[in-house]
Amino acid sequence: MKVRLVDIAHARSGDKGDTANVGLIALRPQWYALLEKQVTRDRVAEHFRGMIDGAVERYELPNLNALNFLLHGALDGGGTLSLKTDAQGKVYSTALLRLVLDVPDEEAKTLKLPAAR
Amino acid sequence: MKKVVRIAAGQGFWGDDLDAPRRQVEGGPIDYLMLDYLAEVTMSILQKQKERDPSLGYARDFVGAMESVLPGVVERGVKVIANAGGVNPAACASAVKAVAEKCGAAGKLSIGVVTGDNLLGRLDELLAAGHGLANMDTGEPLSTVRDKVLSANAYIGSEPIVEALAKGANVVITGRSTDTALTMAPLRHEFGWSNESWDQLAAGIVAGHIIECGAQCSGGNCLYDWRSIPDLANVGYPLVEASADGTFVVTKHPGTGGRISVPTVTEQLVYEMGDPRSYITPDVIADFTTIRLADDGQDRVRVSGIKGKPPTDKLKVSIAYQAGFKAVGTLVYAWPDALDKAELADKVLRERLHRLGLRFDRVLTEFVGASATHGHLAGDQRNAPEVQLRFGVRGSNRAMVERFTREIAPLVLNGPPSVTGFAGGRPKVEEIVAYWPALIDKSVVTPVVEVIQ
Repeated sequence: MKVRLVDIAHARSGDKGDTANVGLIALRPQWYALLEKQVTRDRVAEHFRGMIDGAVERYELPNLNALNFLLHGALDGGGTLSLKTDAQGKVYSTALLRLVLDVPDEEAKTLKLPAAR
Repeated sequence: MKKVVRIAAGQGFWGDDLDAPRRQVEGGPIDYLMLDYLAEVTMSILQKQKERDPSLGYARDFVGAMESVLPGVVERGVKVIANAGGVNPAACASAVKAVAEKCGAAGKLSIGVVTGDNLLGRLDELLAAGHGLANMDTGEPLSTVRDKVLSANAYIGSEPIVEALAKGANVVITGRSTDTALTMAPLRHEFGWSNESWDQLAAGIVAGHIIECGAQCSGGNCLYDWRSIPDLANVGYPLVEASADGTFVVTKHPGTGGRISVPTVTEQLVYEMGDPRSYITPDVIADFTTIRLADDGQDRVRVSGIKGKPPTDKLKVSIAYQAGFKAVGTLVYAWPDALDKAELADKVLRERLHRLGLRFDRVLTEFVGASATHGHLAGDQRNAPEVQLRFGVRGSNRAMVERFTREIAPLVLNGPPSVTGFAGGRPKVEEIVAYWPALIDKSVVTPVVEVIQ
Protein backbone atom coordinates (compact mmCIF):
# COMPACT_ATOMS: atom_id res chain seq x y z
CA MET A 1 0.00 0.00 0.00
CA LYS A 2 1.19 3.54 -0.76
CA VAL A 3 1.47 5.73 2.33
CA ARG A 4 2.27 9.43 2.17
CA LEU A 5 4.77 10.67 4.74
CA VAL A 6 2.66 13.81 5.19
CA ASP A 7 -0.15 11.61 6.56
CA ILE A 8 1.95 9.87 9.20
CA ALA A 9 4.54 12.46 10.29
CA HIS A 10 5.11 16.14 10.96
CA ALA A 11 8.36 18.04 10.62
CA ARG A 12 10.32 21.23 11.28
CA SER A 13 13.50 22.38 9.61
CA GLY A 14 16.20 24.97 10.20
CA ASP A 15 19.74 25.83 9.19
CA LYS A 16 23.36 25.77 10.29
CA GLY A 17 25.49 27.45 7.65
CA ASP A 18 24.99 25.70 4.31
CA THR A 19 23.31 22.69 5.98
CA ALA A 20 19.57 22.34 6.43
CA ASN A 21 18.23 20.05 9.13
CA VAL A 22 14.86 18.33 8.99
CA GLY A 23 13.39 16.86 12.15
CA LEU A 24 10.80 14.26 11.16
CA ILE A 25 8.33 13.26 13.89
CA ALA A 26 5.87 10.35 13.79
CA LEU A 27 2.26 11.48 14.27
CA ARG A 28 1.70 8.39 16.43
CA PRO A 29 4.35 6.66 18.54
CA GLN A 30 3.55 3.29 16.94
CA TRP A 31 4.52 4.69 13.54
CA TYR A 32 8.08 5.64 14.53
CA ALA A 33 9.56 2.19 13.81
CA LEU A 34 8.24 2.37 10.26
CA LEU A 35 9.94 5.75 9.75
CA GLU A 36 13.17 4.36 11.14
CA LYS A 37 13.00 1.37 8.80
CA GLN A 38 11.87 3.12 5.63
CA VAL A 39 13.04 6.72 5.72
CA THR A 40 16.70 5.85 5.44
CA ARG A 41 19.61 8.14 4.71
CA ASP A 42 19.85 6.76 1.17
CA ARG A 43 16.13 7.14 0.56
CA VAL A 44 16.26 10.79 1.63
CA ALA A 45 19.40 11.46 -0.44
CA GLU A 46 17.57 10.00 -3.46
CA HIS A 47 14.48 12.11 -2.69
CA PHE A 48 16.51 15.34 -2.68
CA ARG A 49 18.79 14.41 -5.60
CA GLY A 50 19.47 17.51 -7.68
CA MET A 51 18.35 19.84 -4.87
CA ILE A 52 21.34 19.50 -2.54
CA ASP A 53 25.08 19.40 -3.27
CA GLY A 54 26.33 17.45 -0.26
CA ALA A 55 25.73 14.29 1.70
CA VAL A 56 22.78 13.37 3.92
CA GLU A 57 23.22 12.28 7.55
CA ARG A 58 20.55 10.69 9.74
CA TYR A 59 20.24 10.57 13.54
CA GLU A 60 17.62 8.72 15.54
CA LEU A 61 15.69 10.08 18.52
CA PRO A 62 13.37 7.22 19.51
CA ASN A 63 12.62 9.12 22.75
CA LEU A 64 10.84 11.78 20.68
CA ASN A 65 9.63 9.38 17.94
CA ALA A 66 11.77 11.48 15.65
CA LEU A 67 14.55 11.28 13.07
CA ASN A 68 16.91 14.16 12.36
CA PHE A 69 18.31 14.59 8.86
CA LEU A 70 21.20 16.88 7.96
CA LEU A 71 21.13 17.95 4.33
CA HIS A 72 24.57 19.33 3.51
CA GLY A 73 24.99 21.84 0.71
CA ALA A 74 21.26 22.53 0.69
CA LEU A 75 21.20 26.30 1.03
CA ASP A 76 23.20 27.81 -1.86
CA GLY A 77 26.01 28.79 0.52
CA GLY A 78 23.65 29.46 3.42
CA GLY A 79 22.99 32.49 5.60
CA THR A 80 23.42 35.86 3.93
CA LEU A 81 25.43 34.42 1.01
CA SER A 82 22.47 32.42 -0.25
CA LEU A 83 20.35 33.71 -3.13
CA LYS A 84 17.57 31.19 -2.43
CA THR A 85 14.04 32.08 -1.34
CA ASP A 86 14.44 29.47 1.38
CA ALA A 87 17.92 30.58 2.46
CA GLN A 88 17.34 29.31 6.01
CA GLY A 89 15.94 25.95 4.92
CA LYS A 90 12.63 26.59 6.65
CA VAL A 91 10.54 24.49 4.29
CA TYR A 92 12.76 21.52 3.51
CA SER A 93 10.55 20.02 6.23
CA THR A 94 7.49 19.86 4.03
CA ALA A 95 9.56 18.92 0.97
CA LEU A 96 10.57 15.76 2.84
CA LEU A 97 6.92 15.10 3.69
CA ARG A 98 6.25 14.65 -0.05
CA LEU A 99 7.93 11.24 0.18
CA VAL A 100 5.61 8.28 -0.46
CA LEU A 101 6.33 4.95 1.22
CA ASP A 102 5.50 1.47 0.02
CA VAL A 103 4.23 -0.54 2.98
CA PRO A 104 3.16 -4.21 2.85
CA ASP A 105 -0.64 -4.38 3.14
CA GLU A 106 -0.57 -6.54 6.26
CA GLU A 107 1.76 -4.15 8.10
CA ALA A 108 -0.25 -1.12 6.97
CA LYS A 109 -3.40 -2.74 8.34
CA THR A 110 -1.82 -3.63 11.69
CA LEU A 111 -0.48 -0.10 12.10
CA LYS A 112 -3.76 1.46 10.87
CA LEU A 113 -1.86 3.57 8.35
CA PRO A 114 -3.90 5.97 6.23
CA ALA A 115 -3.74 5.03 2.53
CA ALA A 116 -2.48 7.61 0.06
CA ARG A 117 -5.34 9.55 -1.50
CA MET B 1 15.89 27.94 48.06
CA LYS B 2 12.88 28.36 45.82
CA LYS B 3 11.13 25.08 44.95
CA VAL B 4 10.18 26.20 41.50
CA VAL B 5 11.86 28.90 39.43
CA ARG B 6 9.89 30.46 36.58
CA ILE B 7 11.79 31.75 33.56
CA ALA B 8 9.83 33.42 30.78
CA ALA B 9 11.04 34.07 27.24
CA GLY B 10 10.09 37.46 25.85
CA GLN B 11 12.08 37.74 22.63
CA GLY B 12 13.20 35.11 20.13
CA PHE B 13 15.38 37.37 17.99
CA TRP B 14 16.02 41.07 17.38
CA GLY B 15 12.86 42.12 15.60
CA ASP B 16 10.46 39.88 17.52
CA ASP B 17 7.14 41.13 19.00
CA LEU B 18 7.98 44.37 20.85
CA ASP B 19 5.21 43.94 23.40
CA ALA B 20 5.96 40.31 24.33
CA PRO B 21 8.34 41.16 27.24
CA ARG B 22 5.65 43.25 28.95
CA ARG B 23 3.01 40.56 28.45
CA GLN B 24 5.34 37.98 29.96
CA VAL B 25 5.94 40.09 33.07
CA GLU B 26 2.32 41.15 33.57
CA GLY B 27 0.55 37.96 32.49
CA GLY B 28 1.34 35.88 35.58
CA PRO B 29 4.02 35.12 38.16
CA ILE B 30 7.59 34.81 36.85
CA ASP B 31 11.02 35.08 38.48
CA TYR B 32 13.12 35.84 35.42
CA LEU B 33 12.54 37.36 32.01
CA MET B 34 14.94 36.05 29.37
CA LEU B 35 15.45 38.03 26.17
CA ASP B 36 17.48 36.70 23.23
CA TYR B 37 18.39 39.35 20.66
CA LEU B 38 21.37 37.95 18.81
CA ALA B 39 21.38 35.97 15.58
CA GLU B 40 24.50 34.96 13.71
CA VAL B 41 25.19 38.19 11.86
CA THR B 42 23.57 40.62 14.31
CA MET B 43 26.95 41.40 15.91
CA SER B 44 28.31 42.81 12.64
CA ILE B 45 25.31 45.12 12.22
CA LEU B 46 25.88 46.36 15.76
CA GLN B 47 29.61 46.76 15.13
CA LYS B 48 28.85 49.03 12.16
CA GLN B 49 26.49 51.11 14.29
CA LYS B 50 29.17 51.46 16.94
CA GLU B 51 31.74 52.60 14.38
CA ARG B 52 29.38 55.39 13.32
CA ASP B 53 28.47 56.30 16.90
CA PRO B 54 30.55 54.98 19.85
CA SER B 55 27.50 55.18 22.15
CA LEU B 56 25.65 52.57 20.03
CA GLY B 57 26.29 48.93 19.13
CA TYR B 58 23.63 47.21 21.24
CA ALA B 59 20.05 46.05 20.62
CA ARG B 60 18.14 49.28 21.15
CA ASP B 61 14.79 47.47 21.33
CA PHE B 62 15.93 46.26 24.73
CA VAL B 63 15.78 49.77 26.21
CA GLY B 64 12.10 50.02 25.30
CA ALA B 65 11.51 46.52 26.60
CA MET B 66 13.12 47.46 29.94
CA GLU B 67 10.93 50.54 30.20
CA SER B 68 7.83 48.40 29.65
CA VAL B 69 8.79 45.87 32.33
CA LEU B 70 10.25 48.26 34.93
CA PRO B 71 7.23 48.10 37.27
CA GLY B 72 7.52 44.32 37.40
CA VAL B 73 11.25 44.50 38.03
CA VAL B 74 10.98 47.17 40.71
CA GLU B 75 7.79 46.11 42.50
CA ARG B 76 7.75 42.34 42.06
CA GLY B 77 11.43 41.53 41.90
CA VAL B 78 11.44 40.05 38.41
CA LYS B 79 15.01 39.79 37.13
CA VAL B 80 15.94 40.34 33.51
CA ILE B 81 18.67 38.55 31.56
CA ALA B 82 19.42 39.60 27.99
CA ASN B 83 22.20 39.31 25.43
CA ALA B 84 21.17 42.77 24.23
CA GLY B 85 24.62 44.24 24.89
CA GLY B 86 25.87 43.28 21.45
CA VAL B 87 29.31 44.82 20.92
CA ASN B 88 28.72 47.53 23.54
CA PRO B 89 27.21 46.14 26.76
CA ALA B 90 28.41 49.14 28.80
CA ALA B 91 26.54 51.61 26.58
CA CYS B 92 23.48 49.38 26.76
CA ALA B 93 23.68 49.45 30.56
CA SER B 94 23.95 53.26 30.54
CA ALA B 95 20.87 53.52 28.33
CA VAL B 96 18.93 51.22 30.67
CA LYS B 97 20.07 53.26 33.65
CA ALA B 98 18.91 56.46 31.96
CA VAL B 99 15.50 54.98 31.30
CA ALA B 100 15.20 53.86 34.93
CA GLU B 101 16.04 57.38 36.10
CA LYS B 102 13.49 58.86 33.71
CA CYS B 103 10.85 56.51 35.15
CA GLY B 104 11.70 57.38 38.73
CA ALA B 105 13.34 54.02 39.39
CA ALA B 106 16.85 55.38 39.86
CA GLY B 107 18.74 53.27 42.36
CA LYS B 108 16.32 50.36 41.96
CA LEU B 109 18.38 48.62 39.33
CA SER B 110 21.62 46.79 39.86
CA ILE B 111 22.93 46.08 36.38
CA GLY B 112 25.36 43.26 35.74
CA VAL B 113 27.44 43.80 32.62
CA VAL B 114 29.20 40.82 31.06
CA THR B 115 32.03 41.47 28.60
CA GLY B 116 35.13 39.68 27.40
CA ASP B 117 33.50 37.97 24.42
CA ASN B 118 34.64 40.61 21.92
CA LEU B 119 37.79 39.40 20.14
CA LEU B 120 37.89 41.94 17.30
CA GLY B 121 40.71 43.99 18.79
CA ARG B 122 42.69 40.83 19.62
CA LEU B 123 42.44 39.05 16.26
CA ASP B 124 45.97 39.68 15.01
CA GLU B 125 47.44 38.84 18.40
CA LEU B 126 45.45 35.58 18.42
CA LEU B 127 46.41 34.68 14.83
CA ALA B 128 50.07 35.44 15.60
CA ALA B 129 49.87 33.16 18.64
CA GLY B 130 48.82 30.31 16.37
CA HIS B 131 45.03 30.37 16.76
CA GLY B 132 44.05 29.76 13.13
CA LEU B 133 40.32 30.41 13.61
CA ALA B 134 39.69 28.15 10.62
CA ASN B 135 36.16 28.09 9.23
CA MET B 136 34.37 25.18 10.94
CA ASP B 137 32.45 24.36 7.77
CA THR B 138 35.08 24.76 5.07
CA GLY B 139 38.38 24.43 6.96
CA GLU B 140 39.78 27.62 5.37
CA PRO B 141 42.10 29.68 7.60
CA LEU B 142 40.83 33.09 8.70
CA SER B 143 43.76 34.74 6.95
CA THR B 144 41.85 34.36 3.64
CA VAL B 145 39.30 36.96 4.79
CA ARG B 146 41.22 38.71 7.60
CA ASP B 147 41.10 42.17 5.98
CA LYS B 148 37.32 41.91 5.52
CA VAL B 149 36.44 40.98 9.11
CA LEU B 150 33.80 43.22 10.69
CA SER B 151 33.26 41.56 14.06
CA ALA B 152 34.52 38.59 16.07
CA ASN B 153 32.92 37.34 19.28
CA ALA B 154 33.30 34.20 21.35
CA TYR B 155 30.09 32.52 22.50
CA ILE B 156 30.44 32.54 26.26
CA GLY B 157 28.54 30.37 28.70
CA SER B 158 26.57 30.71 31.93
CA GLU B 159 29.44 31.34 34.38
CA PRO B 160 29.65 35.16 34.18
CA ILE B 161 25.85 35.53 34.31
CA VAL B 162 25.74 33.37 37.44
CA GLU B 163 28.47 35.58 38.91
CA ALA B 164 26.53 38.76 38.13
CA LEU B 165 23.41 37.34 39.80
CA ALA B 166 25.44 36.29 42.83
CA LYS B 167 26.70 39.86 43.11
CA GLY B 168 23.12 41.05 43.35
CA ALA B 169 22.33 42.13 39.81
CA ASN B 170 18.62 42.26 38.94
CA VAL B 171 19.34 43.04 35.29
CA VAL B 172 22.12 41.21 33.46
CA ILE B 173 23.29 42.45 30.08
CA THR B 174 25.71 40.35 28.05
CA GLY B 175 27.37 40.50 24.68
CA ARG B 176 27.62 37.26 22.69
CA SER B 177 26.42 34.83 25.34
CA THR B 178 25.00 31.60 24.03
CA ASP B 179 21.22 31.80 23.77
CA THR B 180 20.78 28.82 26.06
CA ALA B 181 23.02 30.24 28.82
CA LEU B 182 20.51 33.03 29.38
CA THR B 183 18.02 30.43 30.68
CA MET B 184 20.45 28.04 32.31
CA ALA B 185 22.37 30.66 34.33
CA PRO B 186 19.49 31.74 36.60
CA LEU B 187 18.72 28.08 37.34
CA ARG B 188 22.34 27.50 38.34
CA HIS B 189 22.15 30.59 40.51
CA GLU B 190 18.88 29.68 42.22
CA PHE B 191 19.55 25.98 42.73
CA GLY B 192 23.27 26.20 43.38
CA TRP B 193 24.09 23.65 40.69
CA SER B 194 27.85 23.15 40.52
CA ASN B 195 29.71 23.55 37.25
CA GLU B 196 29.94 19.76 37.18
CA SER B 197 26.26 18.94 37.74
CA TRP B 198 26.20 17.72 34.15
CA ASP B 199 22.63 16.42 34.06
CA GLN B 200 21.12 19.53 35.63
CA LEU B 201 23.20 21.84 33.47
CA ALA B 202 22.09 19.90 30.40
CA ALA B 203 18.48 20.25 31.55
CA GLY B 204 19.00 24.02 31.77
CA ILE B 205 20.34 24.01 28.21
CA VAL B 206 17.37 22.02 26.92
CA ALA B 207 15.00 24.43 28.70
CA GLY B 208 16.84 27.28 27.02
CA HIS B 209 16.66 25.62 23.60
CA ILE B 210 12.92 25.10 23.95
CA ILE B 211 12.09 28.72 24.84
CA GLU B 212 14.86 30.69 23.09
CA CYS B 213 12.84 31.06 19.88
CA GLY B 214 9.90 32.53 21.75
CA ALA B 215 6.50 31.44 20.43
CA GLN B 216 8.02 28.84 18.11
CA CYS B 217 7.43 26.28 20.90
CA SER B 218 3.97 27.54 21.84
CA GLY B 219 2.09 27.20 18.58
CA GLY B 220 3.97 29.56 16.26
CA ASN B 221 5.28 27.99 13.04
CA CYS B 222 3.83 24.69 14.22
CA LEU B 223 2.85 22.23 11.49
CA TYR B 224 1.20 19.67 13.77
CA ASP B 225 -2.57 20.15 13.55
CA TRP B 226 -1.92 23.80 12.69
CA ARG B 227 -5.53 24.64 11.83
CA SER B 228 -6.67 23.91 15.37
CA ILE B 229 -4.14 26.13 17.18
CA PRO B 230 -6.26 28.79 18.92
CA ASP B 231 -5.87 32.57 18.89
CA LEU B 232 -2.43 33.00 17.30
CA ALA B 233 -3.11 36.75 17.26
CA ASN B 234 -2.73 36.68 21.04
CA VAL B 235 -0.10 33.94 21.13
CA GLY B 236 1.37 33.24 24.56
CA TYR B 237 5.14 33.22 24.81
CA PRO B 238 6.61 30.27 26.70
CA LEU B 239 7.93 29.96 30.22
CA VAL B 240 9.56 27.13 32.13
CA GLU B 241 8.82 26.15 35.71
CA ALA B 242 12.04 24.47 36.76
CA SER B 243 12.90 22.35 39.79
CA ALA B 244 16.24 21.74 41.47
CA ASP B 245 16.46 18.17 40.19
CA GLY B 246 16.61 19.37 36.59
CA THR B 247 13.06 18.55 35.61
CA PHE B 248 10.84 21.32 34.31
CA VAL B 249 7.45 22.12 32.84
CA VAL B 250 7.02 24.21 29.70
CA THR B 251 3.88 26.33 29.84
CA LYS B 252 2.47 29.81 29.13
CA HIS B 253 0.33 32.36 30.89
CA PRO B 254 -3.41 31.68 31.21
CA GLY B 255 -5.71 33.48 28.79
CA THR B 256 -3.17 33.59 25.99
CA GLY B 257 -3.43 32.00 22.54
CA GLY B 258 -1.30 29.36 20.92
CA ARG B 259 -0.69 25.90 22.35
CA ILE B 260 1.90 24.02 24.35
CA SER B 261 1.75 20.27 23.82
CA VAL B 262 4.12 17.36 23.28
CA PRO B 263 4.03 17.91 19.48
CA THR B 264 4.64 21.69 19.65
CA VAL B 265 7.59 21.21 22.01
CA THR B 266 8.97 18.32 19.94
CA GLU B 267 8.97 20.48 16.82
CA GLN B 268 11.02 23.11 18.62
CA LEU B 269 13.42 20.50 20.06
CA VAL B 270 14.40 19.31 16.57
CA TYR B 271 14.75 22.86 15.21
CA GLU B 272 18.30 23.63 14.05
CA MET B 273 19.47 20.34 15.49
CA GLY B 274 22.76 18.67 14.57
CA ASP B 275 23.91 15.47 16.25
CA PRO B 276 21.28 15.04 18.98
CA ARG B 277 23.68 13.13 21.23
CA SER B 278 26.00 16.09 21.50
CA TYR B 279 24.45 19.51 21.68
CA ILE B 280 27.65 21.37 22.50
CA THR B 281 27.67 24.47 24.72
CA PRO B 282 30.49 26.12 26.70
CA ASP B 283 29.08 24.66 29.95
CA VAL B 284 28.00 21.14 29.09
CA ILE B 285 27.22 18.76 26.24
CA ALA B 286 23.53 17.84 26.34
CA ASP B 287 22.19 14.54 25.01
CA PHE B 288 18.84 15.20 23.32
CA THR B 289 18.19 11.46 22.95
CA THR B 290 17.61 11.30 26.73
CA ILE B 291 14.81 13.90 26.84
CA ARG B 292 11.43 12.61 28.07
CA LEU B 293 8.29 14.62 27.32
CA ALA B 294 4.93 14.05 29.00
CA ASP B 295 1.58 15.75 28.86
CA ASP B 296 1.02 17.59 32.18
CA GLY B 297 -2.41 19.10 31.61
CA GLN B 298 -3.63 21.82 29.29
CA ASP B 299 -0.75 23.80 27.76
CA ARG B 300 1.74 22.06 30.04
CA VAL B 301 4.51 19.67 29.04
CA ARG B 302 6.77 18.01 31.59
CA VAL B 303 10.40 17.51 30.56
CA SER B 304 12.69 15.07 32.39
CA GLY B 305 15.43 12.45 32.07
CA ILE B 306 18.05 14.73 30.53
CA LYS B 307 21.68 13.64 30.63
CA GLY B 308 24.77 15.77 30.11
CA LYS B 309 28.51 15.34 29.94
CA PRO B 310 31.57 17.60 30.28
CA PRO B 311 32.11 20.24 27.57
CA THR B 312 35.11 20.56 25.26
CA ASP B 313 38.00 22.95 25.91
CA LYS B 314 36.94 25.15 22.97
CA LEU B 315 34.52 28.01 22.51
CA LYS B 316 32.74 28.75 19.28
CA VAL B 317 33.59 32.10 17.74
CA SER B 318 31.20 34.04 15.55
CA ILE B 319 33.10 36.09 12.97
CA ALA B 320 31.39 38.34 10.43
CA TYR B 321 33.11 39.50 7.27
CA GLN B 322 32.31 41.54 4.18
CA ALA B 323 31.58 39.08 1.37
CA GLY B 324 30.64 41.17 -1.66
CA PHE B 325 27.27 42.21 -2.99
CA LYS B 326 24.02 40.70 -4.14
CA ALA B 327 20.74 41.71 -5.74
CA VAL B 328 17.56 39.82 -6.46
CA GLY B 329 15.01 40.87 -9.07
CA THR B 330 11.51 39.48 -9.63
CA LEU B 331 8.81 39.56 -12.31
CA VAL B 332 5.48 37.71 -12.44
CA TYR B 333 4.26 35.84 -15.53
CA ALA B 334 0.59 34.87 -15.89
CA TRP B 335 -1.32 31.97 -17.45
CA PRO B 336 -1.34 30.60 -20.10
CA ASP B 337 2.09 28.95 -20.10
CA ALA B 338 3.28 31.05 -17.15
CA LEU B 339 6.23 28.80 -16.37
CA ASP B 340 7.34 28.62 -20.02
CA LYS B 341 7.30 32.41 -20.25
CA ALA B 342 9.31 32.77 -17.05
CA GLU B 343 11.81 30.22 -18.33
CA LEU B 344 12.25 32.12 -21.58
CA ALA B 345 12.71 35.39 -19.65
CA ASP B 346 15.44 33.70 -17.62
CA LYS B 347 17.21 32.59 -20.79
CA VAL B 348 16.95 36.05 -22.36
CA LEU B 349 18.21 37.75 -19.21
CA ARG B 350 21.21 35.44 -18.90
CA GLU B 351 22.14 36.09 -22.54
CA ARG B 352 21.93 39.85 -22.04
CA LEU B 353 24.05 39.78 -18.89
CA HIS B 354 26.62 37.73 -20.76
CA ARG B 355 26.71 40.17 -23.68
CA LEU B 356 27.16 43.06 -21.26
CA GLY B 357 30.26 41.30 -19.97
CA LEU B 358 28.84 41.04 -16.45
CA ARG B 359 30.42 38.20 -14.49
CA PHE B 360 29.22 37.00 -11.09
CA ASP B 361 30.35 34.47 -8.49
CA ARG B 362 26.83 33.11 -8.43
CA VAL B 363 23.65 33.44 -10.47
CA LEU B 364 20.48 31.70 -9.27
CA THR B 365 17.11 31.52 -10.98
CA GLU B 366 14.02 30.35 -9.13
CA PHE B 367 10.44 29.96 -10.33
CA VAL B 368 8.22 30.87 -7.37
CA GLY B 369 4.88 29.14 -7.64
CA ALA B 370 6.41 26.22 -9.51
CA SER B 371 9.63 24.96 -7.95
CA ALA B 372 11.39 27.57 -5.76
CA THR B 373 11.09 25.76 -2.46
CA HIS B 374 10.36 22.13 -3.34
CA GLY B 375 12.23 21.83 -6.64
CA HIS B 376 11.25 18.93 -8.88
CA LEU B 377 9.35 17.37 -5.94
CA ALA B 378 6.54 19.86 -6.56
CA GLY B 379 5.67 18.04 -9.79
CA ASP B 380 4.40 19.46 -13.06
CA GLN B 381 3.39 23.13 -12.71
CA ARG B 382 3.05 23.96 -16.43
CA ASN B 383 -0.56 24.97 -15.83
CA ALA B 384 0.16 27.30 -12.87
CA PRO B 385 -2.00 30.46 -12.84
CA GLU B 386 1.13 32.56 -12.35
CA VAL B 387 4.83 32.07 -11.79
CA GLN B 388 7.29 34.54 -10.32
CA LEU B 389 10.71 34.65 -11.95
CA ARG B 390 13.18 35.32 -9.15
CA PHE B 391 16.67 36.06 -10.43
CA GLY B 392 19.61 36.65 -8.08
CA VAL B 393 23.27 37.50 -8.60
CA ARG B 394 26.19 37.69 -6.20
CA GLY B 395 29.70 39.03 -6.78
CA SER B 396 32.56 41.08 -5.41
CA ASN B 397 32.20 43.85 -8.01
CA ARG B 398 29.54 46.29 -6.85
CA ALA B 399 29.29 48.05 -10.24
CA MET B 400 28.43 44.78 -11.99
CA VAL B 401 25.72 43.94 -9.46
CA GLU B 402 24.40 47.49 -9.83
CA ARG B 403 24.33 47.16 -13.63
CA PHE B 404 22.37 43.91 -13.33
CA THR B 405 19.60 45.71 -11.45
CA ARG B 406 18.91 47.81 -14.60
CA GLU B 407 18.19 44.72 -16.68
CA ILE B 408 14.96 43.56 -14.99
CA ALA B 409 12.51 46.33 -15.89
CA PRO B 410 13.25 46.34 -19.66
CA LEU B 411 11.99 42.75 -19.84
CA VAL B 412 8.48 44.06 -19.23
CA LEU B 413 8.40 45.58 -22.72
CA ASN B 414 11.09 43.67 -24.55
CA GLY B 415 10.72 40.12 -23.21
CA PRO B 416 8.07 37.37 -23.09
CA PRO B 417 4.39 38.42 -22.65
CA SER B 418 1.83 38.48 -19.81
CA VAL B 419 4.29 39.99 -17.36
CA THR B 420 3.48 42.09 -14.31
CA GLY B 421 4.48 42.59 -10.69
CA PHE B 422 7.33 45.05 -11.22
CA ALA B 423 5.86 47.83 -9.10
CA GLY B 424 8.56 47.56 -6.46
CA GLY B 425 11.02 49.17 -8.87
CA ARG B 426 14.64 48.32 -9.45
CA PRO B 427 16.17 45.67 -7.16
CA LYS B 428 18.36 46.99 -4.36
CA VAL B 429 22.04 46.14 -4.15
CA GLU B 430 22.75 44.57 -0.80
CA GLU B 431 26.11 44.44 0.92
CA ILE B 432 26.70 40.89 2.14
CA VAL B 433 27.94 40.32 5.65
CA ALA B 434 28.74 36.64 5.90
CA TYR B 435 29.22 34.39 8.88
CA TRP B 436 32.46 32.60 9.65
CA PRO B 437 32.14 30.06 12.48
CA ALA B 438 35.38 29.06 14.19
CA LEU B 439 36.67 27.54 17.41
CA ILE B 440 39.13 28.93 19.94
CA ASP B 441 40.77 27.62 23.11
CA LYS B 442 38.63 28.47 26.12
CA SER B 443 41.75 29.49 28.02
CA VAL B 444 42.30 32.64 25.95
CA VAL B 445 38.82 34.07 26.55
CA THR B 446 38.22 35.63 29.96
CA PRO B 447 34.71 36.91 30.66
CA VAL B 448 34.54 40.05 32.80
CA VAL B 449 31.65 40.88 35.14
CA GLU B 450 30.88 44.33 36.44
CA VAL B 451 27.84 45.30 38.48
CA ILE B 452 26.79 48.93 38.32
CA GLN B 453 24.16 50.61 40.48
